[in-house]
Amino acid sequence: MLGLGGDRLWADMNRLLAFLFHQGVLDEQFLQLQQLQDHSSPNFVSDVLSIYFHESERLLSNLRSLLMDREFWDYKKMGIHLNQLMGSSSSIGAKRLRNVCLAFRASVDHNNRPGCLRALEMLEHEYCYLKNKLHEYIQIEQQRALAAGVRYPAQNN
Amino acid sequence: MGMAAESQFHVLAVDDSLIDRKLIERLLKTSSYQVTTVDSGSKALEFLGLRQNDQIDPNTPPVSPGNHQEVEVNLIITDYCMPGMTGYDLLKKIKESSSLRNIPVVIMSSENVPSRINRCLEEGAEEFFLKPVRLADLNRLRPHLMKTKLKDQKPETQENPELEKQELDQIDEHLTLEPPSSQPQLDQQQSQQAVASNNKRKAIEQGLSSETDRTRPRYSGIATVV
Repeated sequence: MLGLGGDRLWADMNRLLAFLFHQGVLDEQFLQLQQLQDHSSPNFVSDVLSIYFHESERLLSNLRSLLMDREFWDYKKMGIHLNQLMGSSSSIGAKRLRNVCLAFRASVDHNNRPGCLRALEMLEHEYCYLKNKLHEYIQIEQQRALAAGVRYPAQNN
Repeated sequence: MGMAAESQFHVLAVDDSLIDRKLIERLLKTSSYQVTTVDSGSKALEFLGLRQNDQIDPNTPPVSPGNHQEVEVNLIITDYCMPGMTGYDLLKKIKESSSLRNIPVVIMSSENVPSRINRCLEEGAEEFFLKPVRLADLNRLRPHLMKTKLKDQKPETQENPELEKQELDQIDEHLTLEPPSSQPQLDQQQSQQAVASNNKRKAIEQGLSSETDRTRPRYSGIATVV
């Protein structure tokens, strides 16, 4: 049985999610991820998020390289990276980040150099924020798993 | 049901995105399907060619050495936008193959492009899912799987043909009487589409309706297809 620690963690998790939903950072697709996690796949959410972080950082790094090229801007490649980032963001429920990608893509479609540069900064900033929040979520989740795994009543510490 | 032993349906999922492969795999397993995932159309054809039967490549042994059981694919679900062979290309190849054309194919896409949806349905796709795919979407797979299962059993077992016809009729009924999707109804745009069955129309509706819980701009004509 979950002790008081487990209940508090549950509340913390829900408060964090409610906050992120309210801000439009996450949408209900994130809840789908949660729902897909169960005893047969207990680390599903954190596994998917790890993949997401890894992929996103690779794509962001690629985008930055493309934009740092002084001579030739490969808009087509940028579009491809953005589509990938949009797709995976959408798949995990990262609504706000996905929307920032959309704005970026609009600049790409119009070959708008200053627009692209601004969009990249915004994207990196947004990703940073999202990653921090998702790490918070994962930490709470891990603590909950620990609390649930304890066989004797949880000590408050 | 309840005729033969309840064996799991085997779904082949094709997507170049690792996250989406993980997701679809989990979704399908949660729905009690056996799943194989591959990351490209060519790998999908390879898998189908080696497993399904030896008509495609007569040089390979009919049974793979590492797998003593016959692995049959009951449904293929594929992403549309993939580098190299798109989901549409894969769909065409499957429908052109005498041995594979009876396998139901479902297309997934993150983009809501009516012409794309129509093209796929006309080429023979059973359903078109908008990404991200939800658990509820997978309920739409069952009827297609049930149909092929019954068709497959015909030459192998001496089932009561009358019973089989009843089951097929029930499935057809199920397809036509399925309640309208919870998404808002469409405007007259979709009524222009010539579709063979209610089921396909539902897929278009699903694809075209503006989803109230997500604000997603429509992209028609903007070249984002790789």
